[in-house]
Amino acid sequence: MNPFSTEALLAALKAQLPGVTVELQRNEAPSAQHSWLIAAQDAVVVAQWLRDKEGFDFCSNVTGVDWPTYLEVVYHLYSIEKRIGPVILRMRTGDRDKSVHLPSLTHVWRAAELQEREIFDLYGVIFDGHADLRRILMWDGFEGHPMRRDYVEPDDYEYEPTAHDHVAERASKHTTGGAE
Amino acid sequence: MLGGGILKGLAVTARNVVEGFVSKERLTTVQYPEERVPQVEATRDFPFLVFDGEDPMAGLRCVACQICEKECPPKCIYIDKSSDKKPDATGKPQFYPARFDIDISVCMSCQICVEVCPFEAIKMDVEFELSTNDRFGGLLYDKHKLAKSNEYYNHVHPTEAAAVDTKLAVERAKAAARAAAATQPKPAAVSPAPESGAQA
Amino acid sequence: MNTELLGVPPDTITRREVIYDQEGETLEISMGPHHPSTHGVFRMDVRLEGERIVRLKPVIGYLHRNHEKIAEGTTYLGSIPYTDRLDYFCSLTNNWAYCMAVEQLAGFEVPDRAQYLRVILSELTRLQNHASAVGFLVQDMGASGTPIMYAFREREKILDLFEALTGSRMMCNYMRFGGCRVDLPAGWIDQLKALMKTLPAFLEEFEKLLVSNEILMARTQGVGVLSAKLAVNAGVTGPMLRATGVNYDLRKVDGYGFYPRFEFKVPLGEHGDVYDRYMIRVLEMRESVKILNQAIEQLPEGPIIDPKAKLRGFRPKPGESYGRLEAPKGELGFYLISDGSPNPYRYRVRPPSFVNLTILEDMCLGANIADAVIILGSVDIVLGEVDR
Repeated sequence: MNPFSTEALLAALKAQLPGVTVELQRNEAPSAQHSWLIAAQDAVVVAQWLRDKEGFDFCSNVTGVDWPTYLEVVYHLYSIEKRIGPVILRMRTGDRDKSVHLPSLTHVWRAAELQEREIFDLYGVIFDGHADLRRILMWDGFEGHPMRRDYVEPDDYEYEPTAHDHVAERASKHTTGGAE
Repeated sequence: MLGGGILKGLAVTARNVVEGFVSKERLTTVQYPEERVPQVEATRDFPFLVFDGEDPMAGLRCVACQICEKECPPKCIYIDKSSDKKPDATGKPQFYPARFDIDISVCMSCQICVEVCPFEAIKMDVEFELSTNDRFGGLLYDKHKLAKSNEYYNHVHPTEAAAVDTKLAVERAKAAARAAAATQPKPAAVSPAPESGAQA
Repeated sequence: MNTELLGVPPDTITRREVIYDQEGETLEISMGPHHPSTHGVFRMDVRLEGERIVRLKPVIGYLHRNHEKIAEGTTYLGSIPYTDRLDYFCSLTNNWAYCMAVEQLAGFEVPDRAQYLRVILSELTRLQNHASAVGFLVQDMGASGTPIMYAFREREKILDLFEALTGSRMMCNYMRFGGCRVDLPAGWIDQLKALMKTLPAFLEEFEKLLVSNEILMARTQGVGVLSAKLAVNAGVTGPMLRATGVNYDLRKVDGYGFYPRFEFKVPLGEHGDVYDRYMIRVLEMRESVKILNQAIEQLPEGPIIDPKAKLRGFRPKPGESYGRLEAPKGELGFYLISDGSPNPYRYRVRPPSFVNLTILEDMCLGANIADAVIILGSVDIVLGEVDR
């Protein structure tokens, strides 16, 4: 990988696109991979600038994160032609149930297509502009978003011989003969 | 010519077929279950508890510290600590497991319980022909079924068991030396140093 | 919906739904999860016009075990055996990718001997994965069983090596944070050297079996063409990307794990079709043999794990890291967010097979239905990774 400074690139972005709201989020781990927090309305403009002007043609990973008051989507971008990276973009939703819309970056990087569908399926973030937003890993009639921290799985335990902790409590209601 | 590539491929196949009758290298299967492939030493299948000496329950090295239960990723170990103590190999009274169950239908043979055990009490067995007709209890092993002797451990994993035996012998020698030093009469000098809690 | 043609009552859940249009123009087939050629429980909803594909939608999730949520409830160490089960052919590269992400998160340094061991095991994994992948692809084409069994014969020798070192043939659980779990047993290097002597002969024989086979060439050349620009934009990595001519191999680009010390070439394709992907896998096997020979020669003595790393009670400081490496199927990445507790706050696997499936439809449109099977075989997916 060629040497690369994400702060310098952010400064260049702010110089060329002055109206855009982007802040640097520092990462305290030894990996030192700092990220950019973007406002949702500026995401597409920043993404297109990165792809067309700076050569970040490869979107490696799209992740969803569940924080206590909002949901977040993280993009890891690399440049194949210049051998630099990663540039990490973060977008946050307003809250966890009512305003969960974020712009989709699928038409900028096609790699985000299936991964954004997965975030919709498992977290419930709705991506505006995605061509085919439907559940991908769970079945079509499924209700709920499994990766959220407050998701309660249905307890349909048949038999758990070495149940521990909360599984033991819930399993004991199903097994005939009482608690394990 | 057309078809030359296919013919070359068929020649390779023909050679393999013919050599399968004469060369040991080409025929790599054994007629299981009449013949068996020799056991590789490091193989791991499911855990077992090691005991020293003759009596499985008295010689069990496990002191019910429950570290393996906490570290097990699929949580297949279920331990109940005893309320009394029994002497271990160095004579020191230790807790023992009143109940030590492993559900081998859940166990994924990851060997983390072996790595974190501080007492060399749980090791990996090499038996894999464990199918049973009893779906509900047959795959839940209790401590009687899990306890196997140190001689068995030396038989299935010779190198590893030799290293463990050396390490335990060194530890026990140190503990015995400390015990011997504690029972010797102290010289009548200044106030005797308080004995450390590790003394037997 | 006309299911009595299949002889089953209309409300039964059938594996294959045959829907005839009014005029009988397009046929919609579900190449359903139980299928001998879909490399696992994978489904494709295909709409055909005669034999040509006009629409293809992949349907996944039949093997979804929510590995990422399990990892949120397990300690960092306890997740290592679960990573084995992601891409179950290549458990050692999965372990390494996860350990790399954690080492970046916590700042561990891996000693030299451990790095060399990791490279050796990773190249052995690549060898056995490409042998299986090529074998499966050729089996999908109709060479029912012979080349794949020859490949599996050699693969068993590699798996014997894994068993002698890690204790298990496939679910190896060998890498730890800061190094490897256990050092080489006596005689392992000799067994490996003996294998390295016989492997080139096997690769020659394997190539002679197939490479100028007219059926193979006719069925794979010009089929499933992918352009470089679309491949890069769609996040395709691994042999699929290099088949389109893009020179991007993380072993050269990121230079992780002492790969810069070894001399090896990166095979590139020209046309981006199934034949190129097949040939690249065959050529990469030869390059892996080269790397292995160099690594065995240079293997130093020393510790195999960072002394700072401890097994129990590992709590990395808050932060995040993204660690990636060149798994046999593409770029495998792990994204970890830590909040200082023994369990990760967010644990994400970036699976190469999943992202490579994005352009499956693009490659298959206009091709015959028989080609869809071959194109899927050339993508080389493993459902454990796609669904997690």
